[in-house]
Amino acid sequence: MVRFILKRIFFETIPSLIVIATITFFLIRLAPGGPFSTEKSISPEVLTQLNAFYGLDKHLFTQYLTYMARIITFDFGPSFKYPGRTVTELIAESFPVSLELGVYALCIAIVSGILAGLIAASKPSSLRDYLTMSISMGGICIPTFVMGPLLVLLFSLILGWFPVSGWNTFSNRILPSITLGMVYIAYIARLTRGGLLDTMVQDYIRTARAKGLPERLILIRHALRGALLPVLSFLGPAAAGLITGSFVVETIFSIPGLGRFFVAAAFNRDYTMIMGTVVFYAFIMISFNTIVDVLTALVNPRLRSSLR
Amino acid sequence: MKYFCIFYMTAAAIILLAISSCKNQRRDTIVSLGTKNGVLYFGNQTEPEDLDPHIVTGVPEFHILQSLFEGLVTPDPRDLHPLPGAAHSWDISEDNLVYTFHLRSEATWSNGEMVKASDFVFSFQRILSPRLGSEYAYMLYCIDNAEKYHKGALKDFARVGARAKDDTTLIIRLGSPTPYFMSLIMHDSWYPVHPPTILKFGNIDSRGTRWTRPENFTGNGAFKLADWQINKIINVVKRADYWDAQNVKLNGINFYPIENNQTEERMFRNDELHVTTNLPLQKIDWYKNNAPHLLHIDPYLGTYYYICNINRPPLNNKKLRKALALAIDRKSLTDDILKGGQIPAGSFTPPNTAGYLFDPVVTFDTIEARKILSETGFKSGDSLPPISVLYNTSESHHIIAQAIQQMWKRYLGINVTLVNQEWKVYLASKTKKEYDIARMGWIGDYNDPNSFLDLWLTGGGNNNTGWSSPTYDSLVKQASKSADQVERFRLFSQAESIFLDELPAIPIYFYTNVYLLKPSVKGWYSNILNMHNYKHLYLE
Repeated sequence: MVRFILKRIFFETIPSLIVIATITFFLIRLAPGGPFSTEKSISPEVLTQLNAFYGLDKHLFTQYLTYMARIITFDFGPSFKYPGRTVTELIAESFPVSLELGVYALCIAIVSGILAGLIAASKPSSLRDYLTMSISMGGICIPTFVMGPLLVLLFSLILGWFPVSGWNTFSNRILPSITLGMVYIAYIARLTRGGLLDTMVQDYIRTARAKGLPERLILIRHALRGALLPVLSFLGPAAAGLITGSFVVETIFSIPGLGRFFVAAAFNRDYTMIMGTVVFYAFIMISFNTIVDVLTALVNPRLRSSLR
Repeated sequence: MKYFCIFYMTAAAIILLAISSCKNQRRDTIVSLGTKNGVLYFGNQTEPEDLDPHIVTGVPEFHILQSLFEGLVTPDPRDLHPLPGAAHSWDISEDNLVYTFHLRSEATWSNGEMVKASDFVFSFQRILSPRLGSEYAYMLYCIDNAEKYHKGALKDFARVGARAKDDTTLIIRLGSPTPYFMSLIMHDSWYPVHPPTILKFGNIDSRGTRWTRPENFTGNGAFKLADWQINKIINVVKRADYWDAQNVKLNGINFYPIENNQTEERMFRNDELHVTTNLPLQKIDWYKNNAPHLLHIDPYLGTYYYICNINRPPLNNKKLRKALALAIDRKSLTDDILKGGQIPAGSFTPPNTAGYLFDPVVTFDTIEARKILSETGFKSGDSLPPISVLYNTSESHHIIAQAIQQMWKRYLGINVTLVNQEWKVYLASKTKKEYDIARMGWIGDYNDPNSFLDLWLTGGGNNNTGWSSPTYDSLVKQASKSADQVERFRLFSQAESIFLDELPAIPIYFYTNVYLLKPSVKGWYSNILNMHNYKHLYLE
């Protein structure tokens, strides 16, 4: 397994990150406008000084080499938008918030999605099945920028149960986590239901039934384990997506996470911040996929040989 | 079936519980607690870029800085006239070139040290240091030799007109009379910084050092920086050792960076904020009809306008620009579309800017507009070369552009296309003059017509129209140096007449500041610069 992980790191992760960093570096320089263009024009003297301070006066290829040498030591440089902060510092301060939000959302999505899948699969093509899947599909159909304000309207403004926004107490975390998690409930529910329906026709389930085991026990103890394999494969990108794709939810609920920096950096042409967040998110994505590959192989004996 | 029942019964229970407890039974809201504790909850738009007064340029930063620093003078909250600040008095020489400020001996930095005249000189040297790359250094160009020093033509700062005679006497010598000087020095670029703190974390011209962190921060304002969590909160607390502490009624201010104005409005509605920075366009009517006591619409020192690229046909035709300007129904635009109390702009300088009044000359007159269009040589609107209107992505810019597009089509038969670009792309297009007509907005840096009319000087960095008039340049330069206010306004008026006759930019409306404010906030007055010195505020 160690060999498998090392192979993934040296032959997939690092080359991928280098390619991503290189493409991003040159792509952002192609975008019109620069980090210092503002509505009120900057004098040429000031612009010269700013370019010199951030090394933008050097040849583009020299800048690229300097930057690549820097990120090896996890130094993403100073932010253009926030001159008193380094990109590494901004990521370190805001990523734990996005991570926490993503973990809560993932837990909600897993628990609700699997439960909904179980309910639906326990009696396929029945009213129960259709109703459960229809409700969970709502999470996909209603975008987060609609779902978030709706939840706020009901639970904050009408009922007064939760604050409208912020990230101070546990009550602040509930509505954003539900909003973000709901998108994935339907995916997980559908995968669980599909997996269960496939598993329930297997011979070993028939054997269990023949032994006289109760249907509930068959469903949970015997069928669910096998049915969760597709869910597990989905969880890698889903977890990475939840952690990195929370921009809308962070904006609606005014949450100090990394998602806001990720998007704002592009609008601000904050070159170093764009590079830092892209490389960091790419690293997260690749890592989660690797973890899921390992877990899937551990759960599924037929895939264990791939770990060698 | 059992799971099915559990699932739906839980959902039903939540809904029932929700309905049954619909009445909000909370006793203390965040705002009521804040009011009780003397803490103001302030919606502040975005995360500040920094808290260094010599680096930052934005309004959200200014909201925070004015609590942490105090300039030589501070604005009166009602009419913005200069009140004593770090200086208790000042003398002006007869030739209006030398200003002598007498500093308070009791004024201290937040670390207890005295605020000295030399601290101000150090601060002026810092912002003018070329290597610092301060975008607002030009605000100090009125000081003798300051521009030369900033542009590197002068190396010795001793030759710049700022000198500390002793600890409490600061002498500023101007290059030429600057009648708006006392208004200018209220700007945050004139705030002093604490020299030992700056030098502890870098050189005088070091950019982006750690001195602005709460644990390192030193300011001379009524409040000190207690907490700064990125994208979450900036908390300032009252300084017990501030020279005028007995008159500061607030115990603290929490600034929240809330980028989404819908979220900000919801927070206000949920009693989580005392004051917002904005109000979404679509909520204005609701507040007007249902809660007018919470809605505030104040005049603001800014003009919204369209610039014309006069290097490009057909906008190089003055008559066409005039016809377009006359065919905009500004009143309908402000009353029926924007609804935020904006004032239709018949001139470029906002009315009553430091007492300057200019009769509106750009009116809505479709008959005159059609007549002028017929004189342009174009037989009809259809025979014109294609014209596009460029604006940056924003709901309000889009609505305004659509309305004006319809007006020009209806009244002049001119078809224009709308081009929407992302902010930085739009800025690049504007700077490279790759546009026909582009939307613009200008907020005055200080309360004087010069802040608006010097925009259009030949070669000015913000004059992206290609327009140039030596007579206009001469009038504005004369006015900016004249000490006689009546004479200045006469010169500005002549210059503005030339500008409005040529119309390289078509004024559309004057800004207002539309926001929500809880009645518990007292001492808050409407003023044209939206400056609210927190030491005059209280909560009850």
